[in-house]
Amino acid sequence: MPVSEAPFVALHGVTRRWNGAGGVQGVSLAVPRGAFVSILGPSGCGKSTLLRLLAGLETPQEGRIEIAGRDVTARSPAERGLSMVFQSYALFPHLNVRENILFGMKVRRATRPEREQALARATAMTGLQGLERRKPAELSGGQRQRVALARAVVSGQPLCLMDEPLSNLDAKLRHTVRRDIKALQRRLGLTVIYVTHDQAEAMSLSDHVVLMREGRTEQTGAPETLYHRPATPFVARFIGDPPMALVEGAALGEAGQIGIRIEALERVPEGRADLTARVADAEYLGAETRLLLDHPQAEGLALILPGRVALAPGETVGLHLPEKHRVRFGAQAEAAAARDRGAAAAATRDGREAALPSPSTREDTR
Amino acid sequence: MTPTLSRRPETAHALERRRRAIHGWLLLTPALAMLATFAFYPSVATVWTSLFSRGTRRNPSEFVGLENYARLFDDPTFREVAVNNILYAAVTIPISIVLALVMALWANSKIPARSFLRTAYFTPTVLPMIAAANLWLFFYTPGFGVLDQIGALFGAPSVNWLGQPETALWAVCAVTIWKEAGFFMIFYLAALQTIPEDLREAAEIEGASRWTYTRRVVLPLLAPTTLFVLVNAMINSVKLIDHLFILTKGGPSDSSKLILYYIWESAFAFFDAPSAAAMTVLVLIVLGAVAALQFRLLDRRTHYR
Repeated sequence: MPVSEAPFVALHGVTRRWNGAGGVQGVSLAVPRGAFVSILGPSGCGKSTLLRLLAGLETPQEGRIEIAGRDVTARSPAERGLSMVFQSYALFPHLNVRENILFGMKVRRATRPEREQALARATAMTGLQGLERRKPAELSGGQRQRVALARAVVSGQPLCLMDEPLSNLDAKLRHTVRRDIKALQRRLGLTVIYVTHDQAEAMSLSDHVVLMREGRTEQTGAPETLYHRPATPFVARFIGDPPMALVEGAALGEAGQIGIRIEALERVPEGRADLTARVADAEYLGAETRLLLDHPQAEGLALILPGRVALAPGETVGLHLPEKHRVRFGAQAEAAAARDRGAAAAATRDGREAALPSPSTREDTR
Repeated sequence: MTPTLSRRPETAHALERRRRAIHGWLLLTPALAMLATFAFYPSVATVWTSLFSRGTRRNPSEFVGLENYARLFDDPTFREVAVNNILYAAVTIPISIVLALVMALWANSKIPARSFLRTAYFTPTVLPMIAAANLWLFFYTPGFGVLDQIGALFGAPSVNWLGQPETALWAVCAVTIWKEAGFFMIFYLAALQTIPEDLREAAEIEGASRWTYTRRVVLPLLAPTTLFVLVNAMINSVKLIDHLFILTKGGPSDSSKLILYYIWESAFAFFDAPSAAAMTVLVLIVLGAVAALQFRLLDRRTHYR
């Protein structure tokens, strides 16, 4: 493997727990230079702790952190060569936009022309021209967000950590800022590590997704891998909207559990069906009708049919599960699934509180 | 549209406005009555009294204009007391504020026994000033007072802190600082706790040292509190004289006498109400002017959230 392929950011068995609970446990990770990596998971899964460990705001109890080939485990945040965008943006309320953006450069004693040049570039990139004299309180949520981004741009660091940067924006703005972040990352060739609880955000932005659960990585891979080939029922339930349908193998004459994306389900006459389900509800969405289905040995079954389909609740439909779209979870996974069924069901994908056994993590106490 | 048609909504509008005005005045009345009785009337009466001569049985009081004020400026005691008070303010205000800030920064950091520390700092505030003064009286007592006993360990001679003109005022200042710093610390502590931890972390990532963060972020964010504390400290430097009654009674030879004590003495020991009134008016004018100046100068540079 060529030298340039060495990971830019690497974690080796990093652990940080609070009184033996919460936090992260034995997480290893390799992030190539210029990648956009999302750390995804329900609240309390340790994703923010992981980011804070990378930033140096927390110290690991075990393990090693390397950035750009240097062991930075014991280094201060400033020595690690990174910038960070906080969930709250962490703008200094008494400083105006200009002073906020240049705070770091002033601390580092950059010369005046350097500062002016950096400021002009950053404000142009983030569309903040003309707002330099405003205080954060006089800005909209989206503008504050941009100031936080501009601060990261001006820092000139190759690594940018983002902690749920879009969670305080409304849905519409979230989409545009999402695109802006992606464009900024490409243009500056930044390596971005992005924490989110929103699977759609993670899927649409990143090259790699790290799905975390109770302090450990559940699965790491490209978004399409997590979508089509989830490693565990937890991933299957977490990724995708709607999530994967899960069917007990017994219903199909197989062992373990079978997962399938609902768009892969086919409606067939009941005589030839793999599974016969009862219609629980029908949602007409204009171009399509979404049928929510009930089956005693399956969860999350739904069927998308084009146009308007008149099927009343209580009627039955025959389903075919094409072989190539089936994802098989072994008996081991099934045992794990039985253990966490309650927990995962509560860990809804819109990030509502998960019923995790460790309520004393940092995220919860914040 | 004819005028007769348009008149009706107008009168309805006027009625509504009058109803609102009455409503407003009704809401204001209780506070206004209290203020008028206990603040406005006494102030006006004081100004009025200060313009008349002191009445005796033989010479009834008569209007003398600014004569009482002129007499004050010729009074060497008044001049000494004024200088004492200025010194007292100049020493107690900055020291107690800086001390309060340092204590608050310390009590807000992650240290063991943090709540014990806060309680300990706040204790002097809970104590009544008279009790505190009695406590300090014991500290200052020559011979067997705590200060002298500590001094004796190092072979220092006994000092009568309260009994000599050179040290009496400073001894009084020390009690005030001890009493006020803890009180002001509470305000700083409350303000410090509203500063989100994120700001420190953001500054840390940008490479700001602890001191840079304190100077460029914490202190500016504390400015509204400082302004509030400053105004309070200034008012207290005139108002807080309880301990004088216990410690020195203004002596020896007026060396620790403060304005309010002198006003009290003039009015209730020497029964010279007009002179006391004139002094009160002067104090009010000076306090008002300084407060206005402070707000005006500092307001512009202060960030309110």
